[in-house]
Amino acid sequence: MAKITYREALNQAMCEEMLRDDRVFLMGEEVAEYNGAYKVSQGMLKKFGAKRVIDTPITELGFAGLGVGAAMAGLRPIIEFMTWNFALLALDQIVNAAAKMKYMSGGQYNCPLVFRGAGGAAARVGAQHSQSLENWMANIPGLKVVMPSNAADAKGLLKASIRDNDTVIFIENEINYGDIGDVPDGEYIIPLGRAEIKRAGTDVTLIAHSRMTGYALLAAEELAKQGIDAEVVDPRTIRPLDETTILNSVAKTNRAVVVEEGWRFAGIGAEISARIMEKGFDDLDAPVIRVTGKDVPMPYAANLEKLALPSVAEVVEAARSVCYRN
Amino acid sequence: MSANQPPLDGLNYQGRFYDETTLHRIHDSMLYIRRFEEKAGQLYGLKKIGGFCHLCNGQEAVCVGTSEAAQAGDYMMTSYRDHGHALARGSDPTAIMAELLGRAGGIVKGKGGSMHMFDRSRNFVGGNGIVGEQVPIGLGFGFSSWYKDDGRVTLCFMGDGGINQGAVYESFNMAALWKLPIIFIVENNQYAMGTSLARASAETSLFKRGISFKVPGMAIDGMNVLEVEQKMREVIEHARSGEGPYIIEAITYRYRGHSMSDPATYRTRNEVEEWRKGRDPIAQLQHLMTEAGLSDEDAFKEKDRAIKKAIVAVVKEAEQQPEPDASELWTDIINDPIEDAYPYPGRVS
Ligand SMILES: Cc1ncc(C[n+]2csc(CCOP(=O)(O)OP(=O)(O)O)c2C)c(N)n1
Ligand SMILES: [Mg+2]
Repeated sequence: MAKITYREALNQAMCEEMLRDDRVFLMGEEVAEYNGAYKVSQGMLKKFGAKRVIDTPITELGFAGLGVGAAMAGLRPIIEFMTWNFALLALDQIVNAAAKMKYMSGGQYNCPLVFRGAGGAAARVGAQHSQSLENWMANIPGLKVVMPSNAADAKGLLKASIRDNDTVIFIENEINYGDIGDVPDGEYIIPLGRAEIKRAGTDVTLIAHSRMTGYALLAAEELAKQGIDAEVVDPRTIRPLDETTILNSVAKTNRAVVVEEGWRFAGIGAEISARIMEKGFDDLDAPVIRVTGKDVPMPYAANLEKLALPSVAEVVEAARSVCYRN
Repeated sequence: MSANQPPLDGLNYQGRFYDETTLHRIHDSMLYIRRFEEKAGQLYGLKKIGGFCHLCNGQEAVCVGTSEAAQAGDYMMTSYRDHGHALARGSDPTAIMAELLGRAGGIVKGKGGSMHMFDRSRNFVGGNGIVGEQVPIGLGFGFSSWYKDDGRVTLCFMGDGGINQGAVYESFNMAALWKLPIIFIVENNQYAMGTSLARASAETSLFKRGISFKVPGMAIDGMNVLEVEQKMREVIEHARSGEGPYIIEAITYRYRGHSMSDPATYRTRNEVEEWRKGRDPIAQLQHLMTEAGLSDEDAFKEKDRAIKKAIVAVVKEAEQQPEPDASELWTDIINDPIEDAYPYPGRVS
C-alpha cells in the first residue's frame, strides 16, 4: 500500500499492464514526449519506448479508428483522449464501429480496447471543455463505462479495463488527478460492474460517481451533524450497473438521492432512479431526488460556473428533503 | 490625389505604397495586441483570469495583416488563440478584457472566457475551443456568400496542428468543388502544444495540403506584416472575384507557452530568442518606418507608453464591472422559453 495520486495510480495501472502484456500500447495526443497533457503518462515513453507510447497528430477520429482496427487484429490499445470533449470527434468509431463490431461480425471479432481520458468539468474552461458525457456512452449497447472516484479505484478499475475483452470507456476526472489515496501495490484488480459502499449508513442512500462521490461523502458528514446517517454508494462502473448494491442499500434506508455532475435530462440519475422505481418501489418512503448539473452549457464567469455545478449544500438539502426534514 | 498636393509621406514596399497613417495604424494594432497579451498573462498569474488562456505574442502580424487586407463585411473565425484576432478586427478592448475577467460587460457577457470571443458587429465568428472545429463552420460562411452572392470573403484561421483534422480536408474539397470565397489561413507557429510540426505532419509544407483538392496555396512570411497584408490582399481579391478558395501558410512563431500552464520543455530558449531577436514583426515594421524617416525610436517609445497606459485603463474599467447577474445562467440557451424547467433540485414535499 502506498499513498499516491489518482494520476499516479492510473500511470501505475498502465505500466503494470504493459509490462505484463506486450500487446498493450498507449496512443494519443501528447502522451509520449510531453508526458501527457495531464501528466498521466509521465515517464512512460522512457520506460517503454516510442513503439509503445505513441504521440499522434490532432486527429481524434483517425487514431480512434486505428485503435479499433488494432484491437480487432489482436492488439490491446489504450487510446487516450486529452479530454472526453474531444472524443466527440471520434464518435463514429466509438459508436458505429467499436461498440458493434462483435455483434456485426457475428462474434468473430472482439474489440478489446480502452478509450480513456479526462471527463467532467475542469475549472473555468467554458462550455466546450466542461462536460459530463458518460450518459451518451452508457446508452450504447456494446460499451462498458467505468468512472473511478479515487486513486485506488483508478488503479484497480483501469487494470481490469485493460484486461477486459470488450471496449471500455474509461472516464477520469480532471479535478481528481491530484487527489492522494492509499493504493495497493502490484496486482490489484477491481472487477467491472461492482459498486462499492463508500460510507455505511441507515437513513438515506446517496448514489454518486466520479467527482460527485467526494461531494456525497462531504454531504454525509454534514448530514451526520444534523442527525441523518447517510450511506454513500459509488457505482464505479456505470455500465454494466451494479443495481443489486444500489437496491440493497435502498431497501435498508428507504430513501435515495442520486448525484451527478452531468445534465439532468436523460442522465445517469434518470436511469438509476428509474431502476429504483421499477425494482425497489415498495422499499421507498419518498420519491428519489436527483441532484445534477444545471441544464445549461457551462459558463466561464466564476460565479455562474459555481451555480451551474452541483454543490454539497444541494446534496444535503436533497437528502433532508427525502428524509422529510425540510 | 490632385497634382498640386504634396505627395503623402509613406514608403514603398514590394511595389505597393503604404502611407504614414496606414503604417501607424498597423503598427498600433500589433503593439496594442502585444501589450494586451502581456497584461493578460500578468492577470492570469494573479488568478484574475481563469481556465485556459492562449496568448499570440509573436504572431501579431498574421491577424493584423489579414484584418488590414480584409473588408468590414468579410467573415473571420479562428481557434481559441483569439484575443489578437478580435482586437485586430476592431472589437472593443474593454469588452475583451471584461470577458477574460468574467465580467458582465464581457464581449460574450462573461459566458465564454478567453477561448470564445465573438463579435457579430464585426463579423468575427469566434473563438472555438475544439481544434479544427472552425474550419467546416468557415466553409458554411463561405457557402452562404456564394449562395447569397453577397461579395463577402471568409477568412478562416487554423493552426499547424489543427490542419491535421479530417474535417479540414472535407472542407478543402467542398470549397474547391463549389469555388467558395474562403481563404484558409494556417498560422504555422511551429508547434501544436508540445508537438513540433515535423512530429505531426509528414508533409511539412502545409500550403501544399490542398493540391489533391485543387485548392492553390502559398507560404508567406507571417512575421512580416506588410508581406501578410499584400499576399492576403491578392488572395482575398482572388476569392472575391469568384476564383475559389486559397490556402495561405503564414510561417510564424509563438513566443509564449501553448497556454499559461505550459512548461515549454520541448524547445530551447535559444530557438525562441532567435525568432524574437531576428524576426519580431513589430521590430521589423519599426525598422522599415524608421528607415523611411516616418518615425524614430523616441516616438515609438512614447507610443508604447501611451498604449500601456491605455491598457491599464481598460483593465481598470473592466475590473469595475460586476460579475454577470445570476439570472444569466439561464439565458441564451435556446430561443423558446424552456418549458420543461424542473424545480431544482426537486423537492418531495
Ligand atoms: C479536438 C481537440 N483535440 C485536442 C484539443 C487540445 N488542444 C488544444 S490546442 C491543441 C494544439 C493545437 O495546435 P495548433 O493547431 O498548431 O494551434 P496553436 O495552439 O499553435 O495556435 C490541442 C491538442 C482540442 N482543444 N480539441
Ligand atoms: Mg501551432
